[in-house]
Amino acid sequence: MAAQEQQQPQSRDTETEVDVPEAPPAAPEAQASEATQGVDDLLDEIDGVLESNAEEFVRAFVQKGGQ
Amino acid sequence: MRVMGSETEYGIHAPSAPGANATMMSARIIQAYATVTRQRAAGGAETRWDYTDEEPLHDARGWTVDRAAADPSQLTDQPPVLDAEAVALAYGRQELELDGADESGSLLMNMVLGNGARLYVDHAHPEYSSPEVTNPRDAVAWDAAGDLVALATVRKVASDTALPPINLYKNNTDNKSVSYGSHENYLMPRSVPFGDIIRGLTPFFISRQVICGAGRVGIGQDSSTPGYQISQRADFFEAEVGLETTIRRPIINTRDEPHATADKYRRLHVIIGDANLSQASNFLKFGTTAMVLSLIEAGQAPRIEVHEPVQALQAVSHDTTLAVTVRLLDGRRVTALDLQWMYFEAAAKLAQETGVADSVTGDGHTHEVLSHWESTLTTLGTDPDAAASSVEWVAKKSLLEGYRNRDGLAWDDARLGLVDLQWSDIRPEKGLYYRLLSRDRMRRIVDDGDITRAVTEPPSDTRAYFRGRCVSSFGKDVVGASWDSVIFDVPGLGKLQRVPTREPLRGTQALTGALFERHTDAASFLAELLGQAPPPARS
Repeated sequence: MAAQEQQQPQSRDTETEVDVPEAPPAAPEAQASEATQGVDDLLDEIDGVLESNAEEFVRAFVQKGGQ
Repeated sequence: MRVMGSETEYGIHAPSAPGANATMMSARIIQAYATVTRQRAAGGAETRWDYTDEEPLHDARGWTVDRAAADPSQLTDQPPVLDAEAVALAYGRQELELDGADESGSLLMNMVLGNGARLYVDHAHPEYSSPEVTNPRDAVAWDAAGDLVALATVRKVASDTALPPINLYKNNTDNKSVSYGSHENYLMPRSVPFGDIIRGLTPFFISRQVICGAGRVGIGQDSSTPGYQISQRADFFEAEVGLETTIRRPIINTRDEPHATADKYRRLHVIIGDANLSQASNFLKFGTTAMVLSLIEAGQAPRIEVHEPVQALQAVSHDTTLAVTVRLLDGRRVTALDLQWMYFEAAAKLAQETGVADSVTGDGHTHEVLSHWESTLTTLGTDPDAAASSVEWVAKKSLLEGYRNRDGLAWDDARLGLVDLQWSDIRPEKGLYYRLLSRDRMRRIVDDGDITRAVTEPPSDTRAYFRGRCVSSFGKDVVGASWDSVIFDVPGLGKLQRVPTREPLRGTQALTGALFERHTDAASFLAELLGQAPPPARS
């Protein structure tokens, strides 16, 4: 009914269509052997995700006051 | 279990446009969501906020602060205004292309969403206020739904190459003396004396951080002392009780703005919590607090009083070994875990007496809260590191220690500060919490599908159902809404029709679902709702 149509974007004539993202998918079954190897793997992965210039990035993150 | 809800103010940052006006950027976030959901296109206009029942200067202790004496940031009962200067300063000398402006030229600062939530500009941050829910599991789902709303906005903003992309962070400080909140709200009977709430909650709030703190790199408001602490917020609290939320922050906030029938209810406004990405910590934050309020209402809260609560709060936060003790007025010295056990034992005893935790006849939630609470306290008391999959400050600490061990980093190394900040980036590919979640290193309390549904669907068992359905079904005829009202402007009626929703447990799917199904237009819907003949159809 109308309720759903308004929430779910229907028009296809707009150039930039951005849907409401779905929750991040669950990872596959955790491997049993992950415990020890996992930390190094994890840090390697995160190395690749971290913003490049740590000092500059952290310094520039300045917020105005909130509640 | 109890009517509750969350509020999240997101940290906002455009790395490629340092110094960009935060209020302006926040308005872009709100506008982005309006575009994503097509609410404006479908409804002709977003649903505006109805400020009629906002009373931010009412103090629960029985008085009202004079407007002139209040800090300007306390005047949350009037719409924010983006003046020409702010707009001009927003992106330096860059030319402005404001597709966010409506026909009258004003910027969108406020939305009521189809899931019953409010999304708006609060001071200099975008804020998502969840719809009212009745249990901690739903609180986690609709709070996490807010993070998906936030994600949708940054994706939309990033798709506009003419303006700088914006990042949102679910944290509480910039580590440069500024903090912003994540608040909880709990419905209570008005009959409970406020003094009982203060006495019953203060020792609980001093110690609660050990199960739901989000962790923070740096000690002190400006992070000038290197180290790691349990809570994002503890160092920003300076008073025991008070009305303020932006200055001299109090452990117990006395804002008395019930958003409901005022002589029956109070809305307890809790400002001391950290914003949680960890579902297990968020679940315990809402679940245990709701149970402690039941203890206070039953007159069975532990009768303890902590000496110098503000200092105790910070001492607990600064000791990740959980060994520090705080002094009680009766002379005993106890740890934060000791305090939590006292509350746990009292809550378990009350639940036993009332039967709410019974697996068959209980409320379906209390048993789960007690079980998580007990196992978390046990783990923290024996092997704290083993709580890394559920307790957020432990999870973050474990990641930071990994870096410290591998690379020999000191606590004041900028990379650790970056790990702390980026932990809370709400994008799954950049946010470090989400990297751990994708490896199943963080425990899930609610299904991903339930969170995704909560982005568009309201909870079924509170008035948020009525609000959300009105917006999603009749958005073009809804000109305003608030926690306790929905305002219609129906063609042919000749006047605005304000529908009060002052009972938080009315307007549920059980009570109004069939009504929504029966009507496809607002006029006939309102006519049946209000027991009136529908207005004559326009010729």
